[in-house]
Amino acid sequence: MANNNSSSAASAAPKASFWRDPDKRAIIYQVAVVAVLAWFVYAIINNTATNMEQRGLASGFGFLSTSAGFGIISTPFVEYSEESSYFTVFLVGLVNTIIMAFIGCVLALILGFIVGIARLSSNWLVKKIATFYIELFRNVPLLLQILFWYSAVLKPLPGPRELHEAGEKVFFSINNRGLIFAEPVGQPGFENVWYAFFAAIIVTWVIKKWAAIRQMKTGQQFPVFLTGLVLIIGAPLVTYLVMGRPLNFEPAEMSRFSLRGGVTVIPEFVALLLALVVYTASFIAEIVRAGIQAVSHGQTEAASALGIKPTHRMRLVVVPQAMRVIVPPLTSQFLNLTKNSSLATAIAYPDLFSVFAGTTLNQTGQAVEIMAMTLAVYLTLSLLTSGFMNWYNSRIKLVER
Amino acid sequence: MQFIKTIAVSAALAATAGFAHADETLDAVKEKGFVQCGVSQGLPGFSNPDDQGNWTGLDVDFCRAMAAAVFNDADAVKFTPLSAKVRFTALTSGEIDVLSRNTTWTMSRDSDFGEFVGVNYYDGQGFMVPKSLGVSSAMELDGAAVCTNTGTTTELNVADFFRANKMNYTVVAFEKADEVVAAYDAGRCDVYTTDRSGLAAQRTKLSAPDDHVVLPEIISKEPLGPLVRHGDNQWGDIARWTLNCMINAEEMGVTSANAADMASSANPGIKRLMGTEGDLGGKIGLGNDFCANIIASVGNYGESYDRNVGPDTPLKLDRGVNALWSQGGILYAAPQR
Repeated sequence: MANNNSSSAASAAPKASFWRDPDKRAIIYQVAVVAVLAWFVYAIINNTATNMEQRGLASGFGFLSTSAGFGIISTPFVEYSEESSYFTVFLVGLVNTIIMAFIGCVLALILGFIVGIARLSSNWLVKKIATFYIELFRNVPLLLQILFWYSAVLKPLPGPRELHEAGEKVFFSINNRGLIFAEPVGQPGFENVWYAFFAAIIVTWVIKKWAAIRQMKTGQQFPVFLTGLVLIIGAPLVTYLVMGRPLNFEPAEMSRFSLRGGVTVIPEFVALLLALVVYTASFIAEIVRAGIQAVSHGQTEAASALGIKPTHRMRLVVVPQAMRVIVPPLTSQFLNLTKNSSLATAIAYPDLFSVFAGTTLNQTGQAVEIMAMTLAVYLTLSLLTSGFMNWYNSRIKLVER
Repeated sequence: MQFIKTIAVSAALAATAGFAHADETLDAVKEKGFVQCGVSQGLPGFSNPDDQGNWTGLDVDFCRAMAAAVFNDADAVKFTPLSAKVRFTALTSGEIDVLSRNTTWTMSRDSDFGEFVGVNYYDGQGFMVPKSLGVSSAMELDGAAVCTNTGTTTELNVADFFRANKMNYTVVAFEKADEVVAAYDAGRCDVYTTDRSGLAAQRTKLSAPDDHVVLPEIISKEPLGPLVRHGDNQWGDIARWTLNCMINAEEMGVTSANAADMASSANPGIKRLMGTEGDLGGKIGLGNDFCANIIASVGNYGESYDRNVGPDTPLKLDRGVNALWSQGGILYAAPQR
C-alpha cells in the first residue's frame, strides 16, 4: 500500500538509498506495526492489572475449588449438588452448551435442507409455504422467538397436579415442568445389546465398501441403505429379546407438587432448541437453495438424458456439486447457532453463559478470570466446528482429473 | 496514512483506558454535575420507572437525597437500571457512583464488592405460593419447583433452607425479576421466593394478586442498603450521613413541610442537623446545610417510607422492624454531632 507511488523511481535508480528502497521500507513499516500492536496489547493487560489492584479486586483461579452453594435446574452427565465446586458449575454449563449446540446444529441442518429443497419445488403450495417460513423466521429477532417459544411451550400445558394424583406412578407425561418419562435402567446382560449395535454398524460399513467395489466391477447395485437400516435396528432388537429383555423402566412418582424420578427434559431446553433450530434453519434453507441453484441446469438435463431417476438426479448429481457452495456458509451458521445458545440466560436454561458467566460471576466477582474462561470455551467450540467443517469441505471439493 | 491512523487510534484507546483515581469520587461527581446511581430494573416501591421514565421508590429517594446533599438539587441524578447479576461489576468498574438497589449486606459482599454505608430496609426472605396449592408452611414444600433470581443471596438462601431441612426442590433461576414473575404466573414453579418486600412488590404484577399467599416463615436476614466503592472514605461518609440524616430527621420530627421553620429552632440537636450550628457538613466536603437540603427536597426516612412502600401504597407494608428504635423498631442512626 505504502510503496505504490515511489516504486518506479526506486527501480530506476541503480542503487537506492536505504530510505528509498521499497523493500526495506516495507520491512520497517511492518516492524513498526507489530511493535505498536505489541505495545497496545501490553497496555491493555497492564491497565487491567493496575486497575484491578487499585480497586482491591483479587485475581487468580483459586475460587474454582470453593463450593457453589446454589442449585441448578438440569445437570446432565455431571454429578452436581450444592456442595460441588464452581469448577463443577463450569462443567455443567459446558455440557449443557455442547448438548444444545450439537442437537441444534443437527436438527437445523435437516430442517434447513428440507425447506431449502422445498423452496425449489415445482409444487406451488410447497414452494410458497417454504418461502413464507423463511421470510417469517429469519426476519424476527432471535431473542423474541426464544421468549415466544418459551411461553408457547409453557402456557398451554397443564401443571403436574392437574394431571396426576399424589403417589401415582407415571411412565410418560408432558406438563409445564417438562417432558417426563420413565428412566430406562439396564439390567445384567444389557451390555450385549450395545455390542450388537456397534457390530451392526461395523458390518454395515463393510457391506458399503464391498457393494461399492462390486458395483465398480460388475455394475450391479446393492440396497446398502435398506440392509444397513435392518441390521442396525434389527440386531440390537433381536439381542434384546434373546437376552430376555434386560431393561427396566423406572417410572416417576407423583409427590405432592411434582413428579420425582424418571428422566426430565425441561421446557427451557425445548423452547431454546425450537427457537435456535427454527431460526437457523431459515438461513440454512437459503444457503441450500443458493447452492443448488449454483449448479448449472445443464447438469440436471445431462442426468435426465442419461436416464437417471429424478430422486437419484438430485442425490447423485446435483447435491454433491451444490455442497461445495453450501459448506463454507453453513459453517458460519453452525457457529452462529453455538454462540446464540448463550441467549439461554433469558429463559433459565443453565448453559455456560447463564450459570458460569452469570451466577458464578455474580457470587464470586472474578470477572476477568470467568470471562476469559468463557471466551476460551466459545472460541474452542467455534474452532473445533470450523476445523471439522474445513476438513469435510476439503474432502468433498471437486476432484479434477 | 493508514499507518499513522493505526498509531493515532491505539494511542487514543490507551489514553482513555485510564481513569480518575479512586479517592476523588466527589470531585468527579461535581465535575460532571450529577450523581450516577445504580438501581433495579423495576421493583415497585424501591426503584421503579413510571410511563414517563421518572423513577420513584425508597432506593431512588436515597439517590435523590445524595444529589440534594452534593448539589442542593434532588434532580441532579441519573439512574442506571441494573440486573442483580451485573450490579457489582457496574460499581467496581466505576460505571456508577453509588449502588442503591435493594442489595443485601453480607460479609463477603462488603469485603469483595464495596462498602455498605447502612441499612435502608430490614428485610427477610419469604415464600409466595398460589392459594390453590393448599400449603400453609414452608416446611411442606418438599419436592416443589422454586422460581427465583440468579446472582442473588436469595438463590443461596433457598438452597441452604431446603438442604438444612432435608427437602428436595428444583430451582428455576431467571436473570430479570419480570421473567421470574411471568414464569411463576404461568405455573412453571410452585413457589416464588425473594425478599418479603420484593414479594409484596412483585405480587402487584401478577394476573390475580389475591390468589396468592405469602407463607409465614422468614428464612433469612436481608438487611438491604446502599453501597459505594472501596477506597474513597469521603464519598462513603457522604453516603452514610445522607442515610443517617434522613433517619435522624424523622426521629427529631423534621419533615419536608416544616424544614424551613426548623432551621431557626432553638434545639441544639436540630440546629446541628440543619447546619445552623457547627460545621458537620464541611467535614465531609459538603455545605453545612447538606442535611437541611435533603429534608427540604426529599423528606425524612418516614416520609419516604410512607410515600413508597407504606400501608397507603399498593405494597401495603407496615413499618414493622423498620420503625424507629424509639417506636419499637430497630432503625437507629448514629447521632449527628
